[in-house]
Amino acid sequence: MSTEAGTRPRIATVSLAGCFGCHMSLLDIDERILELAELVEIHKSPIVDRKTFAARCAVGLIEGGCCNAENVETLRAFRDHCDVLVSVGDCATMGGIPALRNRVPLKECLDEAYLSGPSTVNPTGRIPDDPELPLLLDRVYPCHEVVPIDYHVPGCPPPADALWAAVQALLSGEDPVLPYALLKYD
Amino acid sequence: MSDRVTFMLDGHRIEAYRSQTIMDAAIEAGVYIPRLCHVPGLDPWGSCRVCTVKVNGRPCAACIQPAMDGATVENDTDELNAWRRELVEMLFVGGNHFCMSCEKSGNCELQAMAYRLGVTAPTHPYLAPERDVDASHPDIMLDHNRCILCARCVRTSRDLDGKQVFGFVYRGAERRIAVDPGVRLKDSEADVTDRALDACPVGALLRKRQGFQVPVGGRAYDHEPIGATDGEAEGAPDGASDGESLEPAASAGREAS
Repeated sequence: MSTEAGTRPRIATVSLAGCFGCHMSLLDIDERILELAELVEIHKSPIVDRKTFAARCAVGLIEGGCCNAENVETLRAFRDHCDVLVSVGDCATMGGIPALRNRVPLKECLDEAYLSGPSTVNPTGRIPDDPELPLLLDRVYPCHEVVPIDYHVPGCPPPADALWAAVQALLSGEDPVLPYALLKYD
Repeated sequence: MSDRVTFMLDGHRIEAYRSQTIMDAAIEAGVYIPRLCHVPGLDPWGSCRVCTVKVNGRPCAACIQPAMDGATVENDTDELNAWRRELVEMLFVGGNHFCMSCEKSGNCELQAMAYRLGVTAPTHPYLAPERDVDASHPDIMLDHNRCILCARCVRTSRDLDGKQVFGFVYRGAERRIAVDPGVRLKDSEADVTDRALDACPVGALLRKRQGFQVPVGGRAYDHEPIGATDGEAEGAPDGASDGESLEPAASAGREAS
């Protein structure tokens, strides 16, 4: 853990190609969130809205897989700045619902969404291509196919108890081994 | 020559009939050997290899390997469970298994096996193969994305339903379950009462309008790992000291051939 004596370990969280459900599950630890706030400093996270890393973190929790170039850039930044990286939830561990598009060529997905879908109204006939928009990847990748991931906590979302157990174990320097009742893919 | 053989399974003495498989002998003795394609009552198939054990140091599929007198069989070892984990991971990445939206989740033997083996995420890249769904039948759905080619529906339809609704077509990575060539499920003999539908270990063969009827917490593998109750039902080896005999349950009509 990359923290000086007397300071709380920093953790970071992010939602890539996810639905924020895993973050909701993290908040679902209820009153233990007060304990968490005393145990750690939440450095970079949607909860604190910091845009870039300003310090090295002990633990990074990744929700969501990688569906576009920005996801990849963010994930690599997390790998660079976190000692331990954890894939949280089915989207991070296996692609999840966004990966349903992996069986359909990207062009067909975009055509269906912006040109030929039954409810599509698009007089310009253009697929959004503003340079500000992150480029979509050919398919949705689980995080461990993009950067090395240290641990996986599956679930859709993982139970709050599983996230709490995993975070507690990691802060104690132990492997987060989930008991049977908390290892679930749904 | 005696029609009985004795072998050691993880240190326990197991008696079996000559010609009986290691799997059947273990089941009779109340010892769980992890398995997906094997179901008691169906002819052994030997495709999933999850039941791989070591017989005198050599890997064999327990469901098709006859018990040999004096053999030493390893089953519940770290090495074999690591192999099984690898096999189960390959089944996950080789198909399209989206547990979070699957009606079979919680009752799925593939998922349960992954839980039992402690798989948190596959280590191999996902293949995301293109596979069809045959929803033509009014009461039955066949989703090839979830099929693990265990042939349990093939064998059950043929041997228990007496119908031969299902078979395999193509080979290797293209292999898949099919009803008659060019025929969809609605034009086959498949019926909602077929036992073949119950035989599917995953969510490939489903009765329509039955999904999600049992809430999370009440499903088959929500609390207990797959295989956890096998021993209890038939006399668990718990407490059996090394060398203690685990007599096979009486099996009338089972003769050595």
